[in-house]
Amino acid sequence: MIDKRVTSCATAVADIKDGDTVMIGGFGEAGSPIELIHALIDHGAKNLTVVNNNTGSGRVGLAALIENGQVAKMICSYPRTANSMVFPELYRSGKIELELVPQGTLAERIRAGGAGIPAFYTPTSVGTPLAEGKEARNFDGEDYVMERAIKADFALIKAKQADRYGNLTFNKTARNFAPIMAMAATNTLVQTNQMVELGDIDPENVVTPGIFVNQIIEVANPQQESKLVKEGVVYP
Amino acid sequence: MSQSTQQLGWSREQMAQRCAQDIEDGSYVNLGIGIPEKVALYVPAGREVIYHTENGLLGMGTDPSEDELDPDLINAGKKPVTAIPGAAYFHHGDSFSMIRGKHIDVCVLGAMQVSENGDLANWSTGAPEAIPAVGGAMDLVAGVKTIYIITQHTTKTGAAKILPECSFPLTGKGVVNRIYSDLCVIDVTEQGLVLTELAPGIDFDYVQERTAVTLIKALK
Repeated sequence: MIDKRVTSCATAVADIKDGDTVMIGGFGEAGSPIELIHALIDHGAKNLTVVNNNTGSGRVGLAALIENGQVAKMICSYPRTANSMVFPELYRSGKIELELVPQGTLAERIRAGGAGIPAFYTPTSVGTPLAEGKEARNFDGEDYVMERAIKADFALIKAKQADRYGNLTFNKTARNFAPIMAMAATNTLVQTNQMVELGDIDPENVVTPGIFVNQIIEVANPQQESKLVKEGVVYP
Repeated sequence: MSQSTQQLGWSREQMAQRCAQDIEDGSYVNLGIGIPEKVALYVPAGREVIYHTENGLLGMGTDPSEDELDPDLINAGKKPVTAIPGAAYFHHGDSFSMIRGKHIDVCVLGAMQVSENGDLANWSTGAPEAIPAVGGAMDLVAGVKTIYIITQHTTKTGAAKILPECSFPLTGKGVVNRIYSDLCVIDVTEQGLVLTELAPGIDFDYVQERTAVTLIKALK
């Protein structure tokens, strides 16, 4: 019997090891799996490489994971956002590494990682500092740079609905990086707003097929990052 | 000089309005953060335009009312938005395939500097203490078919932003098609920068004095 449900966020993140690469879904707070991130803070794995579009805000969620000293390196496209102070401070004092990647290149590197493509050529960043040191090639008169795929040991993502096979749907623009991260990680951990029965999600409407998912935890009423930031909440 | 530049010519809204005139019916359009967002307010009546936001929505609508506000429905600037009837959601891989794959017709962005051959610098001043952040700007300029720039003609201190070469790190090389400044409209062509339109009350010499590149005058 296939049943990917687990009973707690702590169980879901228990196998994350020091030095692992962890992809975390979300674009700002939309799609951020905040309960799974907090469980990873409780778990304590260190020296992580984290892939996310941003670096979190306030002192909860991803920002709290960074503030807790668990992240050695961030791979992201936009490390500054309103209310982000944890990452900028650590970056300026040289305590965290940054790999800056154009957003579409970040998405495609993740997608390629999940699709068995080790590298690809893209027109993005040609002629800019972000292309320096990368292999360049001309196809049909246009210049391209080579980018490598990114794979991860774990992905932490948030879904709207999940069944026990791991079939997922998402809510609006909270989908963002989640489906491609689910493909690129060896172990994909999902927090879902709602567990449903097999067949409740019309097969035509499955966004992420269960083959890309390993463990699911239902978090019916997830916390809202912006609300926690406004209230000045600090995790842990 | 800078103050007179602010007072004469087009306001921010008027620049957006002028740009909106050039967006054709049926276009798929991505608007950058800031003044470019205002372009959506001025699309002429009778034209249907679909707005793309790179975080996964085609068919972005107007600002939400208090009741419609949903933290899971935001734009690339992370501001709450709405989705129109007929909208579609998709993941980041698909979203940037729309961009890189040349499916988006027009992108309107701001600029720090634009060069004579259409190079754009709009993500970093290169200052060593700054935290580098690029977002989707490089993907947009590399992939969208037509790139329009809306910018003040000069910096706040009156320095030229339209230059023989950008001194700031580039976002893309030879990517800009047209510039809408507070003073004029300029096309980037193989022959050079062609001034096609002046804001009311502005003359060619006034613009040329504030531009570090010799402009070709071809008023429509």
